[in-house]
Amino acid sequence: MEFFHKKTNFSFMGTRKVWYTTSAVLMLASFVSFFTLGLNFAIDFTGGISIEANFPTDANIDRIRKSVEAAGYHEPQVQTFGSTRDITIRLQSTGESAEVLRPKFQKILTEIDPAVKIADLAVVGPQVGDELRNSAMLSLAVTLALIGLYIMLRFHTWRLSLGAILAVMHDPILVLGVFSFTQTLFDLSVVAAILAVIGYSLNDTVIVFDRIRENFEKNRRLASDATLDAAINQTLSRTIMTKVVTSIVVVALLVFGGSALRGFSEALLIGIIAGTYSSIYISSAIALSCGLKAEHLFPPERKELNELP
Amino acid sequence: MLEYARWKYILVGVVLAVALLFAMPNLFGDDFAIQIARKDRAAMDATQLTAVESTLKKSGVEFVSTELDDGNVIVRFASNETQLKGRDIIKDEKTGLTKTYVNAMMYASRAPRWIQALGLRAMPLGLDLRGGLYLLYQVDVDGAVEQILNTYDQDFRRTLNAEKIAFTDVNTLQGDDSDIPNGLRVTLPAGADLGAVRAALKKAQPDLNCRDGVVAQGAAVDCVMTTQQVLERRNFAIQSNITTLRNRVNELGVSEPIVQQQGPNRITVQLPGVQNSAEVKDILGKVATLEYRLVDYRPLIGNNRAPPGAKLYKDRAGNPVLLKRDIIVTGDQLINATTSIGQNGPQVDVTLDSAGGDEMFRTTRANLGKNMAVVFIERKREVVEVNGQPVEREIKEEVVISNAVINGVFGNRFQTTGLSMSEARETALLLRGGALAAPISIANERVIGPQLGAENIEKGVKALVIGMGALFLFMILYYQLFGVVADLVLLANVVLLGALLSMLSVALSLPGIAGIILTVGMAVDANVLIYERIREELRNGVSPQAAIRAGFDKAFSAIADSNVTTLIAGIVLFVFGSGAIKGFAVVLSLGILTSMFTALMGSRALLTLMFGGKRKTTRLAIG
Repeated sequence: MEFFHKKTNFSFMGTRKVWYTTSAVLMLASFVSFFTLGLNFAIDFTGGISIEANFPTDANIDRIRKSVEAAGYHEPQVQTFGSTRDITIRLQSTGESAEVLRPKFQKILTEIDPAVKIADLAVVGPQVGDELRNSAMLSLAVTLALIGLYIMLRFHTWRLSLGAILAVMHDPILVLGVFSFTQTLFDLSVVAAILAVIGYSLNDTVIVFDRIRENFEKNRRLASDATLDAAINQTLSRTIMTKVVTSIVVVALLVFGGSALRGFSEALLIGIIAGTYSSIYISSAIALSCGLKAEHLFPPERKELNELP
Repeated sequence: MLEYARWKYILVGVVLAVALLFAMPNLFGDDFAIQIARKDRAAMDATQLTAVESTLKKSGVEFVSTELDDGNVIVRFASNETQLKGRDIIKDEKTGLTKTYVNAMMYASRAPRWIQALGLRAMPLGLDLRGGLYLLYQVDVDGAVEQILNTYDQDFRRTLNAEKIAFTDVNTLQGDDSDIPNGLRVTLPAGADLGAVRAALKKAQPDLNCRDGVVAQGAAVDCVMTTQQVLERRNFAIQSNITTLRNRVNELGVSEPIVQQQGPNRITVQLPGVQNSAEVKDILGKVATLEYRLVDYRPLIGNNRAPPGAKLYKDRAGNPVLLKRDIIVTGDQLINATTSIGQNGPQVDVTLDSAGGDEMFRTTRANLGKNMAVVFIERKREVVEVNGQPVEREIKEEVVISNAVINGVFGNRFQTTGLSMSEARETALLLRGGALAAPISIANERVIGPQLGAENIEKGVKALVIGMGALFLFMILYYQLFGVVADLVLLANVVLLGALLSMLSVALSLPGIAGIILTVGMAVDANVLIYERIREELRNGVSPQAAIRAGFDKAFSAIADSNVTTLIAGIVLFVFGSGAIKGFAVVLSLGILTSMFTALMGSRALLTLMFGGKRKTTRLAIG
């Protein structure tokens, strides 16, 4: 079996204006969604109380919400997760500790169904939440900076670096856009997924760039757009194959991994798709638009060649 | 011709064999268990084993099996619930077991004895897989600095008075908004001899840097703690809290507890299998102080009551000790307590602040040859039910931890001798605990039910099996025989990763399992790169053996390059992440390394074995 039996010959560079527009629209939509809707932060980041409970039969969300409100807790968020029998209640910080909250909620929920079980109860202080948000932002920034630095060292020309960095920025922005649009719970594991995806989706870009260099090495007189197209086409089978295989396991995680891993696997999946797109359509195209030529990849040798009589 | 060096085959073989051995314990899982030992540490025998069994049976607690292991009885239970019930029975005064035995909750491996005898262990499971209690303590490190500044404040006043230097006031200054971040300001009347003041202050506290201060009226001298000193003080606060927490956690008898520093001012405590957070927090949240008091030699009056001006205490063995009510020194005046070996054997070296030293000097001079005792006081909060509502209240426990003759006149440095090494160590630990420089409070807490843990394992394993199964099938469909090779290599990768994680004893959490699954999905990439290269070479009309060689050689730089970026992300996550995220980062980073090894060396060895040598291969089954 093979996705591409013959050598493919798609013109990625010729159509690059279309992809730029697509990307610009997606980025814009992500930003609008992010700044208008915002992220649905888990209590990891906001601080507060989260209670997970399992009911033996379908849970009555409205009744639970009313009971919790009646007990004096303002604006409780009651949601089902995974199945209709498992619920989470999220509350703002009340200053009460877990051993005070646990019997209280056991009592509230037992009145609704005596067989209810509290599976998980977490109390996060507001200060810790603030710090986590800061360290998450910091780790995102540091990762992008380090990867940018690595690309800079590895490919000797700012044209490729810029292409790689813009392509890589693509993925977390799109993930944040989708997460804010669907209001999916944004917890610490999503940050981990985003960082992993930044590293991983850069693989493709690096491998395409590797091929560009190899092709230029063979013949430096080639036109830039043809060489870049060739490099992407030559690695296309590999790019798609790898992403399909990784997506298979991530989908398994999404379907079977349970609610605790949902946000994590969703972020991975979105990131992988976005990463594949950006490394095929965007990264090389940007380098070309910046005027990439063979000589930018091999500056010292070129000088020597010129000195020859 | 396709060849591969013999030493590389051997390396691959040895690495895989060792990995298989180290990863093996993970296959067997473990049981919830209680370990029972005799208090006098003597070995237990079959009769005692039967006694434990019959006690449990009488109370109707179901258990799976019992065994003797290294002189201890181990009882295995089917669930966390029955384990907790069993523990309550064994702890119960009425059963009579508690007086002679101590017990601890543990996870007993189901692996065969020979594996356990080799010291091989499965990865410990994180709280989200095991169920249990997670606590994040916040240490008030600035409070610790403030405490020592107050000590300096008193020292300064005392010294200036002693030197007969007139001063207006001494103030401690702390916080980012003050011009002195951590220090003191001595304000003086105009025209004061600043040089003499600085000299006097230098004598009182040689470690502080003093300079002339700028004030609107009169004159001033500012003394500041260096950044290093502030850091040391904060560290002392964190470290003494960690030591105390560790000690108390051990007292709980919980298996695989984790107590570690997180960030500059936090401590995480993870207690797998613990469900009752109130009991644990009472023990962990105790606030300890110390009081040095003189022994009162008067007889007790009436019904074993203390005479006026004295108070009756007990020492750790339960013997009554009568002490005078006057306190010589309290815990907050104790700067440090360490153990060392002196001329008279092990000893505890105590350092007090100068006010405490002065008081100690006066007391010891007047009471040479008499006994002085240290009372260790712990306050803990307890949740009780009042009118059906849970309410917190505070209770106080006092015990005499040291009672020694005053052999000389001493000030702020002295030794307590005549102790065994372990006694000395324990006393020093308690003294430091009592001097606890910084109060701690709970910033986060989480109680994860055992069922949720079991469900998480089930879901994680299911996702792993199904994900890998689908991936394996896909690889075989796509690459035929080469797909089988890739699958074997991926399996080896999982074994290698499991072995590394077990060796390093990395706690496996749900994100960790997700990391393993993701690693497998990403590790395929290396194989795909190689195989696509081989296909490409074949398309260009290269012979099969040369195509394999070229595939590996040309793909190498791409594989190395592309993994570096993911490794960067993994390392950043490890540095900035905490808890489960750190676990994910470890799995991700190690997984990249193992996948490079297996894909580059393992699969090359296998393919060379299959297609190498002088064999004539005309066609490769690569799809």
